[in-house]
Amino acid sequence: MTQSSAPASAEVAGYAIRLGDDALILSHRLSEWSAHAPQIEEDIALANIALDLLGQARSLLTYGGSFSGRSEDDLAYLREERQFTNLQLAELENGTFAVTMVRQLLFSCYQHELYRDLESSRDAQLAAIAAKAVKEVAYHVEHASTWILRLGDGTELSHDRTQAALEGVWPYSHEMFADDELARRIADLGVGPLPSGLRPAWLGTVQGILTEATLTLPDDDWKPTGGRAGLHTEGFGYLLAEMQHLHRSHPGARW
Amino acid sequence: MVTTESALERLAALRLAAAAVPDPEIPVLTIADLGILRDVRFAADGRPEVVLTPTYSGCPATEAIRADVLAQTREVDPQTRVVIELAPAWTTDWITDEGKAKLRDYGIAPPRPTRAGPVPVQLGSRPAVRPAATDAARCPRCDSADTELISQFGSTPCKSLRRCRSCAEPFDEFKSL
Repeated sequence: MTQSSAPASAEVAGYAIRLGDDALILSHRLSEWSAHAPQIEEDIALANIALDLLGQARSLLTYGGSFSGRSEDDLAYLREERQFTNLQLAELENGTFAVTMVRQLLFSCYQHELYRDLESSRDAQLAAIAAKAVKEVAYHVEHASTWILRLGDGTELSHDRTQAALEGVWPYSHEMFADDELARRIADLGVGPLPSGLRPAWLGTVQGILTEATLTLPDDDWKPTGGRAGLHTEGFGYLLAEMQHLHRSHPGARW
Repeated sequence: MVTTESALERLAALRLAAAAVPDPEIPVLTIADLGILRDVRFAADGRPEVVLTPTYSGCPATEAIRADVLAQTREVDPQTRVVIELAPAWTTDWITDEGKAKLRDYGIAPPRPTRAGPVPVQLGSRPAVRPAATDAARCPRCDSADTELISQFGSTPCKSLRRCRSCAEPFDEFKSL
């Protein structure tokens, strides 16, 4: 994607790439639902959300790559597993529809808080990307919360599956709010929010929806982490193999 | 920069050429109707520049529109460039009245106005992430205001899917953004 802006500095580039990786990897996961969703409207909805995220990823990775002269394609297709800095939450396997919807709820509410804050970033390009994306993510939040209410407060089966999904996904939510060295530096520069500072508002929103959906908030015990440092879950290698296969098998292919 | 009369005429001709480019997915609308043609100007190096802004971050039509605009404007001036600017972020409020009328005639309910300003009003536990629409979506076929949402997501990123309770026809609505 060609955009008119000055190249990013090293820190901002690293930050843009991690946010771009979140969007790219979750987009790919959601695209796996194409032709498998429970109803055709939902198939279309998930593909649309994946497309929004892919667009955000393209903007963020183009900007992030501008520091080191790498294109969005170089970053998406030619990095190894350990070089991706997305949250583990974004790469979690789709599981049941309930797992995907819980992941969507937890991530979209986080991304909404994040982008809203980034709209006033000192970095003009990140602010522009966020101001655009926040309006798209508002629709993702609505979509996920509508489903969680319907599933949680639905049948006994849908309730139990959604509660089980919540127990499984919840531990991975903590990484969204972990302040590592880069996050602190970015906050010091006035470029982005300190991740931990986003959690109270996020928790308020998420807790409200879960309660209305008759779901129980899991305990905060296990807090897996490592995605930002390039450590990923077992399923991630398979995701990359599929996502990068065509590009790596046919370098430079055009159609 | 010296802006001579002939330069101004060239800009006007470029603007005319760019403005007439149709949206590839909704061909009744031009990019001027959509409000995504943001500027036509001379860059610092003296080359003409057409500024576009995307509708949605991931809208695949953006690439096609860029190519079409380039093809049309380069007939006026082969030095023309197209640049994409994200800020200020596009809103459906920029769709012209003429554009909205064309959408309706085409069978797509036009977007309802978005309200600027602070958003958060919490209703129950639902996150109020978007301002509630102030007016009803009307069926583009029978003009009934008695319609219901089927899905927030439709055949393209910019549309949602509704159904008319009066004439029972499903229809696309341009999402307010």
